[in-house]
Amino acid sequence: MNLESLKPEIEANVPGCRLEIISNPSPSAQHSLLIDSEHALAIAIFLRDAPHLRFDYCSNVTGIDWPAPTPAPSKAKETGDAIEEDVENAEALATGHLEVVYHLYSMELKHGPVILRMRTQDRSTRVHLPSLISVWRSVDFQEREVFDLFGVIFDGHPDLRRLLMWDEFTDFPMRRDYVEPDDYEYEPTAHDKVLLKTMQHQGGTA
Amino acid sequence: MSALAEFPSAAHLTPSADGDSQLLEVSMGPQHPSTHGVFRMDVVLDGETVVKLKPIFGYLHRNHEKIAEDETYLGSMPYTDRLDYFCSLTNNWAYALAVETLAGIQVPERAQYLRIITAELTRLQNHASLVGFLMQDMGASGTPLMYAFREREKILDLFEALTGARMMCNYMRFGGCRVDLPAGWLEQAKQVVAAFPRFLDEYETLLVSNEIIMARTQGVGVLSRELAINAGITGPVLRACGVNYDLRKVDKYGIYDRFSFRIPLGDHGDVYDRYMLRLLEMRESIKILEQAMRDLPEGPFTDPKTKVRNFRPKPGEAYGRIEAPKGELGFYLISDGTPNPYRYRVRPPSLINLTVLEDMCLGRNVADVVIILGSIDIVMGEVDR
Repeated sequence: MNLESLKPEIEANVPGCRLEIISNPSPSAQHSLLIDSEHALAIAIFLRDAPHLRFDYCSNVTGIDWPAPTPAPSKAKETGDAIEEDVENAEALATGHLEVVYHLYSMELKHGPVILRMRTQDRSTRVHLPSLISVWRSVDFQEREVFDLFGVIFDGHPDLRRLLMWDEFTDFPMRRDYVEPDDYEYEPTAHDKVLLKTMQHQGGTA
Repeated sequence: MSALAEFPSAAHLTPSADGDSQLLEVSMGPQHPSTHGVFRMDVVLDGETVVKLKPIFGYLHRNHEKIAEDETYLGSMPYTDRLDYFCSLTNNWAYALAVETLAGIQVPERAQYLRIITAELTRLQNHASLVGFLMQDMGASGTPLMYAFREREKILDLFEALTGARMMCNYMRFGGCRVDLPAGWLEQAKQVVAAFPRFLDEYETLLVSNEIIMARTQGVGVLSRELAINAGITGPVLRACGVNYDLRKVDKYGIYDRFSFRIPLGDHGDVYDRYMLRLLEMRESIKILEQAMRDLPEGPFTDPKTKVRNFRPKPGEAYGRIEAPKGELGFYLISDGTPNPYRYRVRPPSLINLTVLEDMCLGRNVADVVIILGSIDIVMGEVDR
């Protein structure tokens, strides 16, 4: 599907929308269309219902985390205290953005894909995007998954709960800066004593 | 307070005239034998009738996608075996296809044939086990499933001879396959494929016109064409609704355009159609296998120019998808030029096919839920990832 010809068509049919073609330099040449969240629903309905487009099938919904590029961490930072890290985290959340990618195909006309992208304003509070569930039911579980793992809030989703993680979980594990909780439990076992005894038996020191 | 007030989604129901109506909330799973793994459904029952059903996932979640971000591209290949562990070879292919699209890798002729042969054998054993499991779910305890597993085992023996593993095959590589066929493999495979129609005949004689099966499956779990498309249902469940959409014909990935085969379609979109469709698809797979094994050319089985070590695709992204036995299996990859993918996404057909589980089950009874779920064909390794 040629995005150069599709873009003016969408702009003519959805007045006021802001579109941008994101080119893909890889050999796959699957270029995508960045759409603004205010007109996302109207664009989606147009793509689904226009008789020569008929993108009736939304195959895939992907969340992507794009934190703002940071300078390479120096060695001194690794030993920094927790407060300093918190400040850094807040800065990282205010910059960068989360992105959601929709892959659309047409089952009726058997063409595609058209790839739509939407971006949140930042990574902390302004993470709202419109849900496209009223256009394609297939995004139901997938948007829940993006909410669960990335923390994008889909406005208009009737059942936005965590899908894979448990309900009490608070963080978003697919974000690039996610740190696993340090819940490692060390328990000395008889095995260690056995090893010590073996070593003493063989004449070594513990 | 009415018992219904506890279930807002059942607000449209009115209590029976004698005021004696009570809803019962039942947790089906995660250890229920019919859920094919650790899957739970929160079912609200009015008597025996389902009035609400919420699937609950995540018991097998290991964040496959996050693990892949720390792995090299090739390092994720063995992990894809564990998605849908019945069909590791088609998982391998889908991932290899996505990476090949991303990096612009050409696949040699012989490798394309090897991929089609292994993928169609995978489809045979997946569908054979699925109909076996479905019969098991219906209460035909043992016999049909063991008949199916007898045939599946012959195919798994072929996989073991070729890849070294029955289920975790890890066979495909970017630009080809890992190893060539061992001596005598093709002859053995031809024998297995030639004997397969006999199993299908036997199975159909036993079960297709069986009165109990027809009573249990016809008109049960009906899915409309429009809802199936809108909810992104793919694979045999979609085609049982009469939608002609098979990626082997639509995308013609690999070299599927060289083979003559047909796409069976259903009429009613019920459990019986889904079950029959798998039997018919197995016959078409046999046709493809016969042609592919007849035409298998000599030549390299992998692209010698593709780097194995320090493989870094140029920055960009690609979505590759194939017709896996359960539906459209897609991989979406974003490369930032490093040896690890920046983003690795699996589009799991089993999970998305469950979107309409509640729609199909509402108004049916508990025993029907079991066979409706069985007819969708899910594997939790793929649903939860």
